[in-house]
Amino acid sequence: MQYNWNWGVLLQEPYLGWLISGVGWTIAVASAAWVIAFTLGSVVGVARTLPNRWARGVATAYVELLRNVPLLVQLFIWYFVVPELLPDDWGRWVKRDLPLPEYTTAVIGLGFYTASRVAEQVRSGIESISRGQSMAGYASGLTTLQLYRYVLLPVAFRVIVPPLTSEFLTIFKNSSLALTIGVLELTAQSRQITEYTFQGFEAFTAATVMYVVITLTVTAGMSLVERRARIPGFIAKGG
Amino acid sequence: MIEIRDIDKWYGTTQVLRACSTSVAKGEVVVVCGPSGSGKSTLIKCVNGLEPFQNGEITVDGVPVGDRGTNLSKLRARIGMVFQNFELYPHMTVTANICLAQEKVLGRSKAEAEAKAAGLLSRVGLSEHARKHPGQLSGGQQQRVAIARALAMDPIAMLFDEPTSALDPEMINEVLEVMVELAQEGMTMMVVTHEMGFARKVADRVVFMDKGEIVEDAEKDAFFGTPRSDRAQQFLSKILHHI
Ligand SMILES: Nc1ncnc2c1ncn2[C@@H]1O[C@H](COP(=O)(O)OP(=O)(O)OP(=O)(O)O)[C@@H](O)[C@H]1O
Ligand SMILES: [Mg+2]
Repeated sequence: MQYNWNWGVLLQEPYLGWLISGVGWTIAVASAAWVIAFTLGSVVGVARTLPNRWARGVATAYVELLRNVPLLVQLFIWYFVVPELLPDDWGRWVKRDLPLPEYTTAVIGLGFYTASRVAEQVRSGIESISRGQSMAGYASGLTTLQLYRYVLLPVAFRVIVPPLTSEFLTIFKNSSLALTIGVLELTAQSRQITEYTFQGFEAFTAATVMYVVITLTVTAGMSLVERRARIPGFIAKGG
Repeated sequence: MIEIRDIDKWYGTTQVLRACSTSVAKGEVVVVCGPSGSGKSTLIKCVNGLEPFQNGEITVDGVPVGDRGTNLSKLRARIGMVFQNFELYPHMTVTANICLAQEKVLGRSKAEAEAKAAGLLSRVGLSEHARKHPGQLSGGQQQRVAIARALAMDPIAMLFDEPTSALDPEMINEVLEVMVELAQEGMTMMVVTHEMGFARKVADRVVFMDKGEIVEDAEKDAFFGTPRSDRAQQFLSKILHHI
């Protein structure tokens, strides 16, 4: 195989700029989607453990639906189908005036999908706590809201830091699917550099290195969180 | 203070309480005993509404527990409860454990709650552990914190569900001592326990349960002197000989 290595291409403009902008969009998509995933996922996960049957039913339906449809299909649905289903006014607004339509759609699609996975982690975290803890909280007069806020969630979230870390990493990797609806994130930019320069090895090596750097940073950050949140003398049951 | 009248309770199709009736007067100490699975925990949890029941009526200080209109949170705040497995909140310090419901339920200020916690911790002999987490304490120490946590709410009655069953033998006494002291100060107490020494010392009455029924409900001396039912006799001879 004859291949002309040229690492220098990565440092030339406009390609360097493209790479940097790609990293920026990857981080922007993943972080905004994570905010949605974490918030909505926590609400849905909590709802799955509530005494109220309706809350549980709706939350379960959400998780089963979102978790079992491929993410790529969901992105296409958000991008191509949802605007058609909206009331006319809204649909027109989405198609014409929505700021950064590709980006916004990718964030919503990825966020809602990942929320279903976060919800499952939150639920399992809450369920790992013995029923006696809830009994003790209720017995002292706490309301359900207070029980979750002060007793169950602080422990549940500590227990699920490791699985949440892995969901957070997955959201960065899944953000590459945003290229299919036109977001020029890291993977899309690498492909574009390849098309302009025929230096695919260099471009995708750069992308790989960037993803690894992001992953290592997130992992380090989360293990810091884990250490800061560690409870003295506490051993979680059942892991 | 606590009136229990004709309580029936089912879990699905199995009946776990059958027409249970008893009462605990103000300042009285009632010990509930009986074989495993006889419904002792279930009965005591009905008293503060932690378990719903299908028939009958329970009132605490005149407030009907099973009524839809009853503010259960308010009622529970006035009834202290101590569990077999302590159930301290693992992520909070000992002091925070004792302050949580004082602040969030009773609306006390942080300073007020902490002063109360400090007083109770010194009373149960744990002042130097105030800033530790539950996981750093022995079982006996955790249970004494749990008792302090319940007392911090200035309860009108205390419920205990086998408070010493999860403890190593050498720690049982440190917990029983606190309970005896409470009883002698006139606290209204309903105590599920197999510690017959405790019952002999401070109980006014003993309730014996078997298969969801209250088989015997007698003055302490009558119960230990001449238990009327065969089942109570058998049970007593088993646990007394065991000790
Ligand atoms: N959540 C539940 N669902 C179904 N059955 C239950 C539940 N909790 C308890 N039971 C059943 O109810 C009966 C009474 O249980 P309970 O815990 O009140 O007994 P206990 O006298 O406290 O026993 P132990 O000495 O073992 O604590 C038992 O047969 C038990 O299996
Ligand atoms: Mg029990």
